[in-house]
Amino acid sequence: MDHFPTNWGRPRNDLSDAYGTFPLAQRPYNGGKDMFAEGVKHTQQPIVTGTSVLAIKYKDGIMMAADNLASYGSLARFKSIQRLHPVGKYTVIGAGGDMSDFQYIQSILDDTIIEEFAASDGHTLGPVEIHEYLSQIMYARRSKIDPLWNSLIVGGVKDGKRFLAYVDLLGTTYSASTIATGYGAFIAQPLLRKAVEGNENTLTEDAAMAILEESMRVLYYRDARSLDKYQLAKITADGITVSESRHLQTSWSFAEGIRGYGAQTQ
Amino acid sequence: MPDMNSLAHPQQHQFNPYTENGGTILAIAGEDFTVIAGDTRQSEGYSIQTRYAPKVFRLTDKAVLAVNGFAADGNMFVKKVRQRLEWYRHAHAKDMPLRAIARLIQTMLYARRFFPFYVYNILGGIEEDGSGAVYSFDPVGSYEREACRAAGAAQSLVQPFLDNQIYFKNQTPAQDTSHPVHLPLHSVLALVIDSFTGATERHIEVGDGLEMYVVLARGNPALQSLQDLPGAEEVTGTQAEERVFVIRRDLKKD
Amino acid sequence: MATSSVYTPAGFNFSNQIRNTFLQERGVPLPKATSTGTTIVGCLFKDGVVLGADTRATEGDIVADKNCEKIHYITDSIRCCGAGTAADTEFTTALISSNMELHGLSTGRKPQVVTAMTMLKQMLFRYQGHVGAALVLGGVDATGPQLFTIHPHGSTDKLPYVTMGSGSLAAMAVFESGWQPNMTRDDALNLVKAAVAAGIFNDLGSGSNIDACIITATHTEMLRNVETPNERVQKERRYVFRRGTTAWKTESVRKLIVNEETTIIGGDAMDTS
Repeated sequence: MDHFPTNWGRPRNDLSDAYGTFPLAQRPYNGGKDMFAEGVKHTQQPIVTGTSVLAIKYKDGIMMAADNLASYGSLARFKSIQRLHPVGKYTVIGAGGDMSDFQYIQSILDDTIIEEFAASDGHTLGPVEIHEYLSQIMYARRSKIDPLWNSLIVGGVKDGKRFLAYVDLLGTTYSASTIATGYGAFIAQPLLRKAVEGNENTLTEDAAMAILEESMRVLYYRDARSLDKYQLAKITADGITVSESRHLQTSWSFAEGIRGYGAQTQ
Repeated sequence: MPDMNSLAHPQQHQFNPYTENGGTILAIAGEDFTVIAGDTRQSEGYSIQTRYAPKVFRLTDKAVLAVNGFAADGNMFVKKVRQRLEWYRHAHAKDMPLRAIARLIQTMLYARRFFPFYVYNILGGIEEDGSGAVYSFDPVGSYEREACRAAGAAQSLVQPFLDNQIYFKNQTPAQDTSHPVHLPLHSVLALVIDSFTGATERHIEVGDGLEMYVVLARGNPALQSLQDLPGAEEVTGTQAEERVFVIRRDLKKD
Repeated sequence: MATSSVYTPAGFNFSNQIRNTFLQERGVPLPKATSTGTTIVGCLFKDGVVLGADTRATEGDIVADKNCEKIHYITDSIRCCGAGTAADTEFTTALISSNMELHGLSTGRKPQVVTAMTMLKQMLFRYQGHVGAALVLGGVDATGPQLFTIHPHGSTDKLPYVTMGSGSLAAMAVFESGWQPNMTRDDALNLVKAAVAAGIFNDLGSGSNIDACIITATHTEMLRNVETPNERVQKERRYVFRRGTTAWKTESVRKLIVNEETTIIGGDAMDTS
């Protein structure tokens, strides 16, 4: 559906290739025309970007994974960027999208945590509060047509309750037992759902780690903006641990038997 | 698949502050009750974001609001309505009447006439005279009171069904009889379930789960049967005369 | 005849292209084609190839067909899954199927999968993507099991496991984590079923049932609706309408029996004059 109010009530365009059957490069732009397009401020576009973040609920809490790459367009520009960020004692946020916007979000949240600590009123911010606060920031910025260009996952454990939720540049939020951003939503989410849905309270730490590693590997095989170096964050009642960078073992041996793309045999 | 059109033209990436998150909502007013329902799938494009995101919210013990369209706007709108209702409670020591909530929603929507909340609202509940009522809104605040209304992705599938089954459109009554003006609760619940299972069959954005809120007027004789209904959960907030229940059902997940 | 003096080139007629573009710019919508927003997959195994498909066909947001067939017949030992515009996949595969039959008759041999692949890619390339067929072609011939994908513009891929359609990423994720070389027939079938199921439950363009087709050197087994994980649920009410429900404005009852009165004039003697 077309979401520009100026296009409502007009005939819709049936030429758009909703199924993505055309190769990327040749694809014509068949989207709707926005009558006010000229007048709208072209706010920004993401410059240095991170790709998918994955997160699941498991028996002891929340586990999250993101690779260490920050891309500059199609250039693999920074290869040891951390995209999982602890906020306070109970929460980790993972970010895809624009990395400078993410660092700005980190600084806001870190300041907030310090402010809350200084208040020493006996209250601390948990994942629920962090997510609510982040959603309000993201929604307020989209409403100014000056968005923070990120997809964020907020995960944590506080007072024995697991929490896992998503917020993005539009202020769209949701919560689920498995969440994946970016290409992860298309590639990793099916694997995560199959492994986790219905098993949130029985899935062990090792099993959770294994399914995230497998999903990161599949993403590395198929997401051209990903890296085989990633980090895992674990949030349980015992606190937060963000792992050192891990390296993915990959296998490309299947390619050895393939000759050409069609009739070739040599 | 990702939105390939925008990927093909990254150089002129213009920010669009709206998206569409699918799903369908529906409300039917009875003589002394109202049913407000919505599916629980939230999607964007061809992806399911979550299989459980509520679209129907209890505002007071006699008012339930269903929101559909752009989820971020929907959640923000519900939050703002609830805030205004709380202020009202603090000022007047009572809950705002349903018809007043309806007018409030109109003014709140029209206040954003030139940057609308992209949300279709359906308000259901019990009026001060004890009758069931449904108010439906467009995104910029035009509204009317009706006996039933469907909105959202599968509106075009569900509304004609409701017109036929609730208003008895295109149904000639038998000789010397007339159609009932109001249906009993069990029939309305059956029609709501059938509307959603039907919409799930034929609309790709509808499915996963169904949440039906039932608001009963004071002294409604259906109270006992609802309390006995397996899977029905009472969510009445205060010791009000009106009672609010929520009934959850599974829908297909494909 | 006037028609014979007008030259009509073979193939599609593009003469309305300029008019249609013009109308479209003025906001007149073009007719919408049924599309199989799809998950289709294929996978090589020890003795052959397994193809799989979901069975949902869509028209935009609406499900047009809940149980359509997306695995098309090419020859006895070659089948082709189609995604994209339903009509294009059906006609393209039917045309190539006919040409493969003729090719088999003229060469006197069982045609190869590469032959079908080459016919398909040459046809699709000729139409520059206007024939919106995205295909997974699989089969077994004298050279062994073969598996290809063919994109609407005519490019092809040759890989041991492939996916296409809107659910291709979901299905490919399952292949990437579960595929192994030289799988058994059962393992391959289960993997294909899991890949299609991932599309069915995670991609809104795919849904309903799973079709599969197992092709080996000696036998082709079409498993139509091999899994049906999305049966329609029982309705709460029965929707039957009383006779006389539909209103009418006028009533006229016409007798279907025709009475004809025949008058015989003169005798029945034959005129022999």
